[in-house]
Amino acid sequence: MVIDPQLLAFQALNGLQLGVMLFLMAAGLTLVFGIMNLINLAHGSLYMVGAYFAATLQGWSGSFVLAALLAIPATLVLGVAVELVVLRTLYDRDHLDQVLATFGLILFFNEAVRIVWGPSALFMTTPDFLSGQVALPFGIIYPSYRFAIIAVGLAVALFLYGLISHTRVGMLIRAGASNRAMVGALGVDVKFLYTAVFALGTALAGIAGLMAGPILSVESGMGEPILILTFVVIVIGGIGSIRGAFMGALLIGVVDTLGRSFLPGLLRATFNPQVANAAGPALASMLIYILMALVLAFRPQGLFPARAA
Amino acid sequence: MTKFLVSAAAAAALGAAVAATPVAAQTVKIGFIATFSGPGGTIGTHLYDGFMLGIEHAGGKLGGLTPEVIKEDDQLKPDVGLQAAQKLLQRDKVNFISGVIFSNVMMAIYKPVIESQTFLISSNAGPSPIAGAQCSPYFFSTSWQNDDPHAAMGKHLQDKGIKRLYLMAPNYQAGKDALTGVKRMFKGEIVDEIYTTVNQPDYSAEIAALRAAKPEALYVFYPGGMGINFVKQYAQAGLVKALPLYSAFTTDSTTVDAQGDAAIGTFGTAFWTVDLKNPANQKFVADFRKKHNYEPSTYSAQAYDSAQLIDAALKATGGKLDNKDALRDALRKADFKSIRGPFKFNNNQFPIQSYYLYETVREDGKLRQLGRGTVLTDHADVYAKDCPMKW
Repeated sequence: MVIDPQLLAFQALNGLQLGVMLFLMAAGLTLVFGIMNLINLAHGSLYMVGAYFAATLQGWSGSFVLAALLAIPATLVLGVAVELVVLRTLYDRDHLDQVLATFGLILFFNEAVRIVWGPSALFMTTPDFLSGQVALPFGIIYPSYRFAIIAVGLAVALFLYGLISHTRVGMLIRAGASNRAMVGALGVDVKFLYTAVFALGTALAGIAGLMAGPILSVESGMGEPILILTFVVIVIGGIGSIRGAFMGALLIGVVDTLGRSFLPGLLRATFNPQVANAAGPALASMLIYILMALVLAFRPQGLFPARAA
Repeated sequence: MTKFLVSAAAAAALGAAVAATPVAAQTVKIGFIATFSGPGGTIGTHLYDGFMLGIEHAGGKLGGLTPEVIKEDDQLKPDVGLQAAQKLLQRDKVNFISGVIFSNVMMAIYKPVIESQTFLISSNAGPSPIAGAQCSPYFFSTSWQNDDPHAAMGKHLQDKGIKRLYLMAPNYQAGKDALTGVKRMFKGEIVDEIYTTVNQPDYSAEIAALRAAKPEALYVFYPGGMGINFVKQYAQAGLVKALPLYSAFTTDSTTVDAQGDAAIGTFGTAFWTVDLKNPANQKFVADFRKKHNYEPSTYSAQAYDSAQLIDAALKATGGKLDNKDALRDALRKADFKSIRGPFKFNNNQFPIQSYYLYETVREDGKLRQLGRGTVLTDHADVYAKDCPMKW
């Protein structure tokens, strides 16, 4: 089978776009996990709520930009409320309790949005200035909105890099990821640090949700598929590491996209069509989990661990 | 003495129960199983609202009996659906079970319901085994056999002279049945046949591959949230004009508001459209819009006919529920004005009916699916010949 280079470039862009989306989710989740030692299954719910806020605000105002500017702080406020009311009581409990409680939050949020917004999916559209396609070199025509997602994701990555590597808050976050107890012993207000980190994570989930709104269906339960991928990303990247989240997200985005687009074709070239048609899609959707299993087997701490070995 | 009193009380209670039996016969109990929660929950609402409007139009009674509809949520899980069916059969002792959206739930409840000799009136699911070798005198469908809405599109694309068709569906039984249905009537070249993961949110990779394959037309089966995602992303890729999109169950009134203008100019096939010109349908659509403030879907229409079918049969038996053979004969006559126009039951008790092409347009400020002509006339499913039932 000959792989068309133009298609390959196109798919690489798609992989990059999925990757930066996953990064927005994974960055928050990995910080919360790495610094607060909290497994937050409800991270996907915050993403969903971000999308609902954005869709509602866009419906009222008609402006995507305004919706974006308001949806992020609104999600952040909700996240902080969740942290203060529910999660704060869970930090000293073991992981099973945290999983149970945050799983409960998933159910709560999924039902809550159904009660508030009804069972039908909400409509959200791309802003007019991003509704077309951009023409890239080599005849690639790419949806401008997805191009904007890549730009936003990379900008957020740059911002996080600056924040974590070059500011005092970032230093505390890094210290927290390396050794929580020591940070507390040195007199840092750990409670405040936790709330701040959680707020940051929530805002990132909110950005991911609002960016996803125009391409995905805004509906109850939309947070779960991306949550699973996000966990795969942080396991591969190394828990607590922003750099790991970034590299892991791009890796998963590209592997998943290229696997889905080329694996069935490659199989068809090797096996008879019937076997290939049955196995191709299944294998393509398993690819990232196989990758995760390999990483766990050979580098259980992840590819870019936060803590010094 | 105490013992005597207890026995006497029990006897009295028993007597009261016996005396109450004739009164109980004035009601007809219907178990309504559908998916009311999760992503499929919208469809459940459409289905249930259609069914209840059917009862309302029958004067709030079914064949003179007071209906008691017991609503059960299957959560799109076959085991939950089965529990609901067992509860309806054993505890509530229902006379009919209706609703049932998803074929996997239908296959789970089918055996226990028909073995209890309770009539099962499907308002949606029509899996091929039930239409074929495993057909039952206790099962009726007011919708269609699963393959046929897709087969109708295959016929339309064939008639239209499309030469190179690209197919996409989720990787599960209904997805495979859908594409089998299309291929039964479409004889041109299938450029590729892509099965994606169920509930996959993003189709960018598949759309890129599709664009590179340069087919003449695309057919997809993406029900529910998958359809919302796919159609939006398809439009954002700028393909709607260049590469016509044909589908079934992908753009309908359960999804179109979330798809928005992206859905305009896409085509589908179904056994019913909102603008079918017959008095029964015009009344149904007008009253449905007035009462529920949203557009009825094929789901609402099918369930409306389920209620009408039960009403017509009970009218014919004079409200008698115990003579199952008489009741079945009455159901088989389908003596009511269907919203789809005239139809009759085949030997497998699935409808013989016509299928229509529809286009999504904006009308009165709303996105609607309007009829664009008949594709198949008085079409019977291919599985009926495997059904041993004769009548």
